[in-house]
Amino acid sequence: MLRIENLTASIADKPILKGIDLEVPQGEVHAIMGPNGSGKSTLSYVLAGREDYEVTGGSATFDGRELLGMEPEERAALGVFLAFQYPVELPGVGNANFLRTALNAQRRARGEAELDAVQFLKMARAELKRLAMPDDMLKRNVNVGFSGGEKKRNEVLQMAILRPRLAILDETDSGLDIDALKIVAEGVNALRGPDFSALVITHYQRLLEHIVPDRVHVLAGGRIVRSGGPELAHELEARGYADMAAEAA
Amino acid sequence: MAADTETIDTVNAVTGSGYKYGFETVLEMDLAPKGLSPDIIRLISERKQEPAWMLEWRLAAYEAWLKMREPEWAFVHHAPIDYQDLHYYAAPKKKTGPASLDEVDPELLKTYEKLGIPLKERAILAGVEGAGSNVAVDAVFDSVSVATTFRETLSKAGVIFCPISEAVREHPDLVKQYLGSVVPVADNYFAALNSAVFTDGSFVFVPKGVRCPMELSTYFRINARNTGQFERTLIVCEDNAHVSYLEGCTAPMRDENQLHAAVVELVALEGASIKYSTVQNWYPGDAEGRGGIYNFVTKRGACRGARSRISWTQVETGSAITWKYPSCVLEGDESVGEFYSVAVTNNHQQADTGTKMIHLGRNTRSTIVSKGISAGHSSNTYRGLVRILPRAAGARNHTQCDSLLIGHDCAAHTVPYIESRNPSAKVEHEATTSKIAEDQLFYCRSRGLSQEDAVGLIVNGFCKEVLNELPMEFAVEAQKLLAVSLEGSVG
Amino acid sequence: MNDIAQARAPAAIGAEGFLARYAGLRARLPGDETRRDAAAESFRARGLPTRRDEAWKYTDLRPVAALAFHEPLLATDTDFKLPPAPGARLVFVDGRFREDASRLPDGAAFTPFARAPRFDALARPEAHPLVALNTMLAEDGAVLTVPDGVDAGLVELVSIGAGGTRHPAAFHPRHAIRLGRGAQMTLLETLIGEGVYLHNPVMSVMVAEGAALAHVRLQNESQAAFHLATVYAGIAEGGTYDGFTLNLGARLCRTEIHTRLHGPGGAAHLNAAQVLRGVQHGDVTTVVAHDAPNCASRQTVKNVLDGRARGVFQGRIEVAQAAQKTDGYQMNQALLLSPDAEVDSKPELRIFADDVKCSHGATVGALDPDQLFYLRTRGVPEIEARAMLVRAFLDEALTLVSHPAARAALDGALSAWWEQETA
Repeated sequence: MLRIENLTASIADKPILKGIDLEVPQGEVHAIMGPNGSGKSTLSYVLAGREDYEVTGGSATFDGRELLGMEPEERAALGVFLAFQYPVELPGVGNANFLRTALNAQRRARGEAELDAVQFLKMARAELKRLAMPDDMLKRNVNVGFSGGEKKRNEVLQMAILRPRLAILDETDSGLDIDALKIVAEGVNALRGPDFSALVITHYQRLLEHIVPDRVHVLAGGRIVRSGGPELAHELEARGYADMAAEAA
Repeated sequence: MAADTETIDTVNAVTGSGYKYGFETVLEMDLAPKGLSPDIIRLISERKQEPAWMLEWRLAAYEAWLKMREPEWAFVHHAPIDYQDLHYYAAPKKKTGPASLDEVDPELLKTYEKLGIPLKERAILAGVEGAGSNVAVDAVFDSVSVATTFRETLSKAGVIFCPISEAVREHPDLVKQYLGSVVPVADNYFAALNSAVFTDGSFVFVPKGVRCPMELSTYFRINARNTGQFERTLIVCEDNAHVSYLEGCTAPMRDENQLHAAVVELVALEGASIKYSTVQNWYPGDAEGRGGIYNFVTKRGACRGARSRISWTQVETGSAITWKYPSCVLEGDESVGEFYSVAVTNNHQQADTGTKMIHLGRNTRSTIVSKGISAGHSSNTYRGLVRILPRAAGARNHTQCDSLLIGHDCAAHTVPYIESRNPSAKVEHEATTSKIAEDQLFYCRSRGLSQEDAVGLIVNGFCKEVLNELPMEFAVEAQKLLAVSLEGSVG
Repeated sequence: MNDIAQARAPAAIGAEGFLARYAGLRARLPGDETRRDAAAESFRARGLPTRRDEAWKYTDLRPVAALAFHEPLLATDTDFKLPPAPGARLVFVDGRFREDASRLPDGAAFTPFARAPRFDALARPEAHPLVALNTMLAEDGAVLTVPDGVDAGLVELVSIGAGGTRHPAAFHPRHAIRLGRGAQMTLLETLIGEGVYLHNPVMSVMVAEGAALAHVRLQNESQAAFHLATVYAGIAEGGTYDGFTLNLGARLCRTEIHTRLHGPGGAAHLNAAQVLRGVQHGDVTTVVAHDAPNCASRQTVKNVLDGRARGVFQGRIEVAQAAQKTDGYQMNQALLLSPDAEVDSKPELRIFADDVKCSHGATVGALDPDQLFYLRTRGVPEIEARAMLVRAFLDEALTLVSHPAARAALDGALSAWWEQETA
């Protein structure tokens, strides 16, 4: 499980996160909602270990292990997965090669046996089928020439193949039409279970119609200003962030 | 290919229309004897009432020049220049620096009119009260400044804007400190020549924290027969100062080639910004390639301080030969260099122009946008250097250079040099060469535009990115010039 | 862009030793003596190129000029273990043909240059000092002719620099490849060796109407060697020259390829990759001359530079007035993997025709930190992630090699390089 305590972080000396406290118990899905500029993306990047973000204090542990000092790939091997708001294009890198290299690197780090090309393809094809995605998804270069929706679906495919224990979805719903949104949500829901937790970061409530969270937290001005059950999302939609932030302050 | 042929015919027709600014002002001239020697340099220095150090500086430049050779690498060809067959000093026979505009020769004012100097500025030059312009004009007629306006307003702001010869006398410490500090005396053949014999030009000094309250502009004219024009411009902006300087040039028609070898130096200290805009439409020679100006210019700016910015914008439509590379030395961290250029060549014109961006400081940025248009029998070359030195971590350059060809007998060349010695630097260069697409022309014409207007429209669009960089005062004149130079060739 | 005008080069450098060798060997070198003498005169006047020559601005041959090169020993035993030949293979040791190690091609006629010493007009000594040097001292080489309409398949041309003697050796093979009308061939050149030597090959290529040559060069010379190769290719109507060069080896390498499209509808592909580290210096210089209408040229050139390596790319596209409807494209990209690496790039367009579509692009940078981070968030360790991105970067050029055996040879060499890099 994920435990964040008094986490502060800044970019180029500008404080963005000003003391985040958050706990996501094993098997639960939590949502973080907040207005633009509240620090949502910063939180996801800090958890995944992006270098330009400087952690100035606090801690974030996963299964009792401190994440903040780890390399990004070590976090991935532990089972932390960040679904990017803007998935990066990798010209010249085939999707299948990319996924197998990632999967095997993680398995190696965990002391598990690597998959050979045949085993991998069999598994990957099964996941594709389950997600109703075309086979050629594996042949294409990672995210190159993908539509916005395809990129997000590719993130879900990666999640399905890499089987993380904690998924952080950074505004995965942005730029998606309703059908794509459903596919993404189904992909996440399929992974839900006692060993899977997720932190769903979103601006809007509509994704939470499809991925129903156990808890909802409101992030504003670099702090969690309110937490509650799924109903909090509806309240936010009705009242808006400004109101709630003012109340919290 | 019908449209094609028509385009070329149009171009030829325009070419035949002659040089709009081909006239000569009749003024009494004070000429030094032809030729270059230490004595001529002493004469220039004496006429300019210069202090001894200035004369020594000139003589050192002359010594250096003697040991140098004319550069050969540019894609330009011309008959050998006889440097001993030129006058190195010419001045209207008047006391230098008229006290007021009333003393300005009426011939000169007429010349401005023919030049198409914006009405507003002409009004100022003519001494009309309350003309309401915010443009200060230091007009250089051949080699001596004859009119300076708005000096009072400028001096109130602490800005010095005066002829360089005056600055040598009145502000020797500033001139000593900065002259030759960006373009050293022996930088190149033409710069050395200029350093030895420069006769006039402008000096601008903007002190700490001052935004120059108006655009500064200087009009250069080459007039006297066989007179080399050796302008020297020095612009210094102290910390957080800002200035925008406009330079425009036209010259009357001549049979013999005229040499012009100017040097412009810009210095921007911490947080300072200098915008230098040029519209150059000197006499390009006739349709057979006879006559025209040889324009060998050294322009360079040093971004000395952190976060300083130097921006060059040029519209080059004139001269028989243009050899010119306005450059930026980005020494200060996070300093910015920009080069926006439109170069149009027609008939037998030759242009070899571009820029150098030397990245020394960290996170320095440069942008190069070059648009070359060749028509007739002309040759148009972009030549540029982007150099990233090891200390320039995080440096960025983006270069876009596009060439447009009109007609079968012209040439367009692109010669970029990219040198990077820092892995965190990012350099991007793109270049294209094309002709005006038939479908673009057809589309325009099917909407009712004439061939000429369509070509003009497309060329204007092709240059838009650069024209947008010009200050308002110049944008109109620049567009007019494009029309005139390609009016022949394009429309 | 030298700002200071310089006087012409005062003296030719590096000429003396080679000229002395020519004086000693002249009587027993094969072929036309007057051609060789004229080349020697030209070389005497100019010497090795210097950085004052615009074409050699970024590559300094003074290290070559500083060494005294000797003639290679006549009979050299080589330990080089070559993989089994998939087809025809012509082996040259120190520039001399070794019939014992070779397997002659079926489709193409082969003669060693020593037995058919003809200097053709494509590579002209007066136009290039290295061609002059080669013409003066060429002993042997491969003369390969593919008859009209014949597909000669894959032919390997292997050059081994034996080194191993007490003195640096120099050899100057002269190759001539001729494809008749509609003929085809894939020529895979593998260049390897050990020790200090200068390999200065000149190759002329004639592609007749409708013929197609794929010319793949795997330059993996000794890390102490100097490799200065000059290729001239003439392409007739509808012909294709499809070239690829991978520069991995040599302390100093210059691969210079001149192609001339002299018939309408021809195509020239000049793709290349340089993967260098240590103090290696690699230079890919190309000229594509479009002399006829409706021709296309394509170039993708990649540099990967680690350590203190320096990579140079100079590529010029020339379009003559007659070459209307030319389609020219060139992309040149460099990856700097270390703070001490350096790249110099000069992509050049010289256009004298109006109805053309020519473009070039160049980028220089490091690995994209966003891509690296993305891979690492997916669990790929940094070193592997870097390797993956570098391979992807190179693959854009490598995929242009269509012959599977040639491609496999390049991939194999690159994998070996990576093993050393990450060891």
